[in-house]
Amino acid sequence: MVKVKDAEVPEGLIYSKDFEWVKAEGAKVRIGITDYAQKQLREIVYVELPAEGDTITQNEPYGTVESVKAVSDLVAPLSGTIEQVNTEVQDKPELLNEDPYNKGWLLVIAPSNMEEQKNLMDHPQAVEWHKGLSED
Amino acid sequence: MPGFRQTRWSEPTVFELGCEGRSGYLVPPIENPIKEELGDIQIFIPERMRRQEPPKLPELSEVEVVRHFTRLSQMNYCVDLGFYPLGSCTMKYNPKINDYLASLPSLNLLHPYQDEMTVQGVLEILHTLSRWLAEITGTYEVSLQPAAGAHGEFLGALIMRAYHMLSDDLSERTELIIPDSAHGTNPASAAMAGFKAIIVPSDKTGCIDVDALKSAVSNQTAGLMLTNPNTLGIFEENIAEIAGIIHDVNGLLYYDGANLNAILGKVRPGDMGFDIVHINIHKTFGAPHGGGGPGAGPLGVSEELAKFLPVPRIIVEDGKYRLDYNQPHSIGKIRSFYGNISVLIRAYAYILSLGAEGLKETAEISVLNTNYLIKKIRELDVYKLPYDSKRPRKHECVFSTKPLLEEKGIRTIDISKRLLDYGIHSPTIYFPMIVEEAMMIEPTESFEKEELDRFVEVLRKIAQEVKTNPELVFQAPKNTAVTRLDEMKASHPKTMTLSWRMHIKGQSNL
Repeated sequence: MVKVKDAEVPEGLIYSKDFEWVKAEGAKVRIGITDYAQKQLREIVYVELPAEGDTITQNEPYGTVESVKAVSDLVAPLSGTIEQVNTEVQDKPELLNEDPYNKGWLLVIAPSNMEEQKNLMDHPQAVEWHKGLSED
Repeated sequence: MPGFRQTRWSEPTVFELGCEGRSGYLVPPIENPIKEELGDIQIFIPERMRRQEPPKLPELSEVEVVRHFTRLSQMNYCVDLGFYPLGSCTMKYNPKINDYLASLPSLNLLHPYQDEMTVQGVLEILHTLSRWLAEITGTYEVSLQPAAGAHGEFLGALIMRAYHMLSDDLSERTELIIPDSAHGTNPASAAMAGFKAIIVPSDKTGCIDVDALKSAVSNQTAGLMLTNPNTLGIFEENIAEIAGIIHDVNGLLYYDGANLNAILGKVRPGDMGFDIVHINIHKTFGAPHGGGGPGAGPLGVSEELAKFLPVPRIIVEDGKYRLDYNQPHSIGKIRSFYGNISVLIRAYAYILSLGAEGLKETAEISVLNTNYLIKKIRELDVYKLPYDSKRPRKHECVFSTKPLLEEKGIRTIDISKRLLDYGIHSPTIYFPMIVEEAMMIEPTESFEKEELDRFVEVLRKIAQEVKTNPELVFQAPKNTAVTRLDEMKASHPKTMTLSWRMHIKGQSNL
């Protein structure tokens, strides 16, 4: 596990600059928010996600998280059709704080355009990028 | 004794009122010649910036809105209703003439983008006000821009940074000293400006422990933040020595203006040696307060520090007022536009209507009221006044209800809730933290003797109830719009309801 300052940046994932991670699972991808994002937001108390079958578009908001600190948009790292929604995090938003890369996943989508992955950061790039983020 | 029963509406939230399509206004349609000339309004807004669907806002008629907020206001408590001894907040009466002047169309219809030559009047008001505040605080120049007291504090801490940066020793100056009786905003402002807060204790007289201060001071000291009189309502007598200790290491002395009401027109922070002074307009100068704000927290500084004040600064040139942005040493902008102007106009009106003598009298009556209350409350022989109980206080005093805790298990929170049943706002409780079971009372100059006597009588009654019927106190309040709330549930992240969406989700889970 790679840690930049206080934030975990696991290998095997690709990352967006909107603080989301993407994990390839065959032809589908699983997405969620990064450890850095959940630490910045502090206690997350509400998650609003779209429904199965909806489509999301890269760089566009698809949902929101509310924490004791702020309400923030979730911004799609890739475009695609939603195959699965993590209903557990909607009932237990704290999973996003406790386990952002596993139990705190948000959506599984079927990407509509694999070319879009070029706009994301691979692991070494993400590690470098995290080094430039403020810890406050 | 007049009875008190607060109005209790089961008023839904505004989102649950009204119905789709209802509205309180009518916008005229775009006239045809304009439409023909320019086409659809949408062409002026780039497509990516257009809303895909209308925002989910409440849709109500005007009368529904008025009823809704009137009902909510009836479930509220305010200075216009009765005694409000909320310590350190200076909940004085806000004279209506202040509101009247601030609402004049010639002032409240101004636009911040207007050319400065067309707003000479308001610039003159602001400039004059800043000169008056400089005179009152004994500082050289005052910025009116901070939007609240804590914002003024933050600006003050930034100016300390700028001062030490220009002296080229900011990397050494990492510590801001703060007494343990300070307002919680002090260490927060220090931390936000990048300083480490060093807490020094109070001595047995309730003042800052000078020996402890001496040992805390070093070449790492950026400055000291001090409230005088302090939160116990005690004047820091050693202020001249304290100023010397800080200045000897090239530190700056910061005055937290929360308690300025006590010394208004009598002594000046600048004369005590303070380099930076903030003022709470909404406390000392009769503007609305707290959640009903907005407030204003002007900041005055010594001549040496004036160059660091934020831009724009209002200057006079050839008899004209101008907004000056050309200040190379300025810490920059701290707020959009020029500050909370309507609040500042209220302060201008307040000072103008009272005059120099009136301001002095304000301090005198507020101190007199406090010491009258102390005498009367001590006569009850129930509540204790820690830290040299024989010493007079200034504008506020901190009693402890600890004897009632030891005797009957009644806490300050219970006393404060029972006060609400008698139509009296609770004092500040559990602050400052150096007093156990603290009840911090600030009567201000706004309440007459009858009201003070009534407060003492209610405190006597409650002490009696604690003996004869403690359940009444434990279960208070009963006469208010809402009864005792579950504070844990209201403040724990797991149970807080932060938005309308969460409220709806919570309802559907029931």
